[in-house]
Amino acid sequence: MSFGVPKKLEREINRLVKNYPEKRSAALMVLHALQEEFGHISLEAEQWAAARLNLQPINIHELVTFYPMLREHDPGKTVVRVCRTLSCALAGSARLHRHICQRLGLEADAPGLQRTKDGRFGVEYAECLASCGTGPVMMCNDDFYENISNDGADEILEKYDE
Amino acid sequence: MGANQAETPVKTVTVKVDGCTVEVPRTTPNWLGKQEPTTVLQACKHAGIEIPHYCYHPKLPVAGNCRMCLVHVGMPGRPGPDGKSPMNEDGSPKIFPMQLPYEPQTPRGVIGCATDIIPGMEIYASSPETRAMREAVLESLLINHPLDCPICDQAGECKLQEYSVDHGLAESRFAEVKVHKPKAVDLGPRITLDAERCVLCTRCIRFTADVASDDALGIVNRGNYSAIATYPGKAFDNNYTLNTVDICPVGALTSDDFRFQMRVWFLKETKSLCTGCGTGCNTVIGSRENRMYRYEPRQNDAVNSCWMCDAGRLDYKWIGRDDRLAKVRGPKGDTAWPSVLKAISNHLTKAGVGSVAIVASARQSNEELYLLNKLAKHFKAPTDSVPRDGEADQLLVARDRNPNITGARLTGITTKRVGSKLAAIAKGIASGKIKTLIVYGEDVTQHGIGVKLLGKLKTLIVSDILPSATTKNANYLLPGCAHAEKRGTFTNVKGRVQKFSKALEPPGDAIAEWEVLHELVHNVAGLDEFDSIEGLFNQMAFEVKAFKGAGLKWDSLGDKGADVKL
Amino acid sequence: MPKEHRLVLKHADEAGYTNDIKCYLKYGGYKTLKKVFRLKPKKAGGVVVTPQETIRSEVLASGLRGRGGAGFSCGLKWNFVNRKSGKPIYLICNADESEPGTFKDRQIIHKDPHQLIEGMILSCYANDVKLAYIYIRGEFPEGARILNRAIDEAKGKGFLGRGICGTRYDLEIHVHRGAGAYICGEETGLIESLEGKRPYPRIKPPYFPAALGLYMCPTIVNNVETLCNVRNVMEIGADAYAALGTAGNTGTRIVSLSGNVKRPGYYEIEVGKATLGELIFHKNFGQGLRDGRKLRAIIPGGSSSKVFRAGEKFDIKSKDKWGEVVEQKLDLLDIPYDFDTLMKCGSMSGSSAIIVLDDSVDIVESLGNLSDFYAHESCGQCTPCREGSLWMAKALKRMRSGQARKGDADYLEHIAHNIQGRTICAFGEACAWPVLSFVDKFRDDFEKRGAEDEARLAKRDGEATTK
Ligand SMILES: Cc1cc2nc3c(=O)[nH]c(=O)nc-3n(C[C@H](O)[C@H](O)[C@H](O)COP(=O)(O)O)c2cc1C
Ligand code: SF4
Ligand code: SF4
Ligand code: SF4
Ligand code: FES
Ligand code: FES
Repeated sequence: MSFGVPKKLEREINRLVKNYPEKRSAALMVLHALQEEFGHISLEAEQWAAARLNLQPINIHELVTFYPMLREHDPGKTVVRVCRTLSCALAGSARLHRHICQRLGLEADAPGLQRTKDGRFGVEYAECLASCGTGPVMMCNDDFYENISNDGADEILEKYDE
Repeated sequence: MGANQAETPVKTVTVKVDGCTVEVPRTTPNWLGKQEPTTVLQACKHAGIEIPHYCYHPKLPVAGNCRMCLVHVGMPGRPGPDGKSPMNEDGSPKIFPMQLPYEPQTPRGVIGCATDIIPGMEIYASSPETRAMREAVLESLLINHPLDCPICDQAGECKLQEYSVDHGLAESRFAEVKVHKPKAVDLGPRITLDAERCVLCTRCIRFTADVASDDALGIVNRGNYSAIATYPGKAFDNNYTLNTVDICPVGALTSDDFRFQMRVWFLKETKSLCTGCGTGCNTVIGSRENRMYRYEPRQNDAVNSCWMCDAGRLDYKWIGRDDRLAKVRGPKGDTAWPSVLKAISNHLTKAGVGSVAIVASARQSNEELYLLNKLAKHFKAPTDSVPRDGEADQLLVARDRNPNITGARLTGITTKRVGSKLAAIAKGIASGKIKTLIVYGEDVTQHGIGVKLLGKLKTLIVSDILPSATTKNANYLLPGCAHAEKRGTFTNVKGRVQKFSKALEPPGDAIAEWEVLHELVHNVAGLDEFDSIEGLFNQMAFEVKAFKGAGLKWDSLGDKGADVKL
Repeated sequence: MPKEHRLVLKHADEAGYTNDIKCYLKYGGYKTLKKVFRLKPKKAGGVVVTPQETIRSEVLASGLRGRGGAGFSCGLKWNFVNRKSGKPIYLICNADESEPGTFKDRQIIHKDPHQLIEGMILSCYANDVKLAYIYIRGEFPEGARILNRAIDEAKGKGFLGRGICGTRYDLEIHVHRGAGAYICGEETGLIESLEGKRPYPRIKPPYFPAALGLYMCPTIVNNVETLCNVRNVMEIGADAYAALGTAGNTGTRIVSLSGNVKRPGYYEIEVGKATLGELIFHKNFGQGLRDGRKLRAIIPGGSSSKVFRAGEKFDIKSKDKWGEVVEQKLDLLDIPYDFDTLMKCGSMSGSSAIIVLDDSVDIVESLGNLSDFYAHESCGQCTPCREGSLWMAKALKRMRSGQARKGDADYLEHIAHNIQGRTICAFGEACAWPVLSFVDKFRDDFEKRGAEDEARLAKRDGEATTK
């Protein structure tokens, strides 16, 4: 296994681990850091994290498969997460999601994350993003957008499509 | 593990179970044997009522996830401002059946496996309210279950099947599409998982993490898609994996060794012991039509709790091997027991003091070793047996892979340094001093007494169950029995004397060694009367110091054995 | 006239107010902290009262109730903490904000993070906590950055770290990010998650956080808004705080309003000083429904609370100011938005999130949407919820796709009844209550669908056989 992490990330991870009296507690934060670096969490990355935290790989795999934000596979360069829960649904999230899928040539009714062939976008529904008063809302990677019309969505996507 | 939970509960608590007042111990041992407040489930058990459960296992940490053990209970009221508890008109304490806090007309259950009893509590173990809760849990468990009992190995031992019959609804209301999960997943070299049958009780996970100290199993995905798994590409292959098959309450984990071989209800069960090492794990032999199909561990908290190792569990196939020795052989070829016994008796009666040596096996029973030692004493014959060392682990496996090395020592067959006298015996044969060698259950050619040396002997008497270079060179060959084919006792490395029983008939002419030895000792040395293994044991227990010290009696050994001081 | 009373969000939306420590200090931030850290042990009636005990009794006297969902007295929760175990005590700020409809903690974190930090320091000090965490949901990456910066700033000023405000009190706060799981809001699920395990809620008994929480040590879990209010209690005093709101329902509360209203948003009110009707219709709040629409339903306290049907009336008992029990008739829209009245009316204020449904909304569709949420979020640990949450969602999906049956209302009720009260954590109620209440209050909608679908399918079958 020749998985390695850059020095900078390693230092960051060392810092994170120190925030907890028990190493295992750092698991989620370490996984976030790994995902930020590599875009997803490969099995090699899981094993690396497990070894770093004195855990068994299954302990990490259990987390990666539980939390939707942790990705086992590359979800695409820009991950678009459209809120589908009630308030946003009332405000038109299905319309928004369909529009985005159509624009990117993706299947809107297919379950789970849909990724464009070129790997530039991954689109999925998310559960309530805690901004129900400004629906429909969505996230593009770490950025948050609210009150999104179809035109607004086009504009936003263009920003990420360079 | 191993130590007796000697701490005795000091106090009792009075509760009502299904209307009957019962006094139960205030504390009960938890999975580690530590006394902890008695739970509702345990209190019912003390009262003779079984609360159905999946995730609870007395030898595992409590999880509380299956909710099968939900029971409706009533609590005495809390003392009011005057310090007095609420009373009924007749002066008895008022009991309040538990209700949902937000919906007082609906009864509320507690999980029996994790709820401590309190004095005066009423447990409605069989009330309609409790039954409704159970039925609901069962219905939930069954909606995504494949219901393939006719082809399931667990059928007959399945708690889902059993409880459905006892507590379930006739018909599920489920009208949707089932969730499909992986079937026939290879978890490891010995175990297959059917994720659709799994009820996610996590017994297997807790066992391997908390008992076997190998955190190898986990749950992947979430919600209704959760499934038991190993890490991708990593096999579940520690030496204790097959215990998960035993504790899996349904047919989700199956043993590749046993899979589809036999419907369990056809199996005859016999209490036995594992012979894989000096721990002497208690077992049950499952057999049918004189064939052994499996070992299962039998609970004995002083020895193996509910567990056994995989190596030991799978160490039974030799019993049914085709090349088992089944014929009595004399110098002139195959013969019959009476003539061979007579010949050997005659020969030994004439043998001079110092001209005989005995190599016994620490795989033999205490009784056999005792008899062999008697014989040895008769001609002051040197005796020894053969060491079999491996590595001990942290749970059960003992360094000594002989099942009865302690018995061999206590009966005087061998010393602390097992096998140390073999060289002297070899020398005696070489010098011609030793003319007769009696070998029981070992291939001495592997232990410094080679074929050439054997050729120097006048007489080689061998008893064994499988062919070896030694049996090949025997003048007299006496086919013996596997432990599963006879009765007797072993003494484990910690000094536990335990019984094993007969599950199978031996092949061909084979006869239990102790019967043959009894005859020989009688003929050669003259020995008092006994005609049974019980009598033999009791006599041995009277003569062998350590056994006598412990006051052993066959009857008092029971199924779980007794300790002697080492 | 009902209007907002901003305490927690006092400055949040003021022009020029920024979330850095400079601005916070300019507006009087950390003054309360300094004041409290100057408190000395007092002698009262021969016993010494420590500053810690003073804070705790202030918080108890303020009547502050948890803003996370259950509305449990904050002071009482702190009183339950086992202080004699010899183990460290931990405090965790629950910033998982995931209850559908709720978006109040987001405002605090983004706009006034130092208020939370100050509240946390005070709460930690009051409970001898040396190490605290903020568990923030994974979908708030910006929030996490803001909090981290705020912590660094507070450290820079000596409000955090070693020897706070010149005392010998040390405290560290770390931000811990979740990764997309509603169940991490449940306090014991949160603790497991913080321990690096799957966020499986713990069984209670025995694992009450006050005794066996994080690393099996006594642990306090409080919501973001609750902790901010600890600061506010200490700023204005317990009596002044208790004078806000209504008896037993003190202080202010941020209400998240969403769904079919003209002006959705967050509104901080004195607890109980505005009614449901005012929150939805008044010009200071929601400003009513869209033109031409009629009210259909109100989900009053986050998606898990039981729905109300427009026009419902309630008979409730309450105590008047002389302690006499009085019976009261109450129209839905006249329910004062507080903890207790909503409970008496059969629902709850939960996370104080109101979702308004007008008559354009399909009831079965809406419930289906919520059930999908719960099926997706069930952690899967215990049988009734793992199986039942997906079962309900599947049944609703079938109903939404033209295959409803006449008995579906009873069927759904049956499934939900099998869950509520039988699970490890309150998620069981959270997923059962929407179903139970929607079916109870809108039975006609479910039965009508069943009748229509069955009739249509029967007709189609009939046509198929005659062909
Ligand atoms: C399923 C479930 C989800 C919850 N989610 C949250 C949440 O997102 N934020 C929160 O503050 N409390 C949440 N809670 C409530 C917490 O368990 C806990 O009661 C609360 O954080 C206590 O804080 P408080 O006393 O300050 O309200 C949730 C509870 C349940 C059962
Ligand atoms: S495989 Fe068996 S023991 Fe393991 S969780 Fe499933 S049902 Fe329980
Ligand atoms: S530990 Fe020893 S006695 Fe027990 S099962 Fe394994 S080999 Fe047999
Ligand atoms: S009630 Fe649901 S969320 Fe809570 S522990 Fe059980 S399965 Fe998990
Ligand atoms: S429902 Fe979309 S943010 Fe809450
Ligand atoms: S036996 Fe599973 S919850 Fe008690």
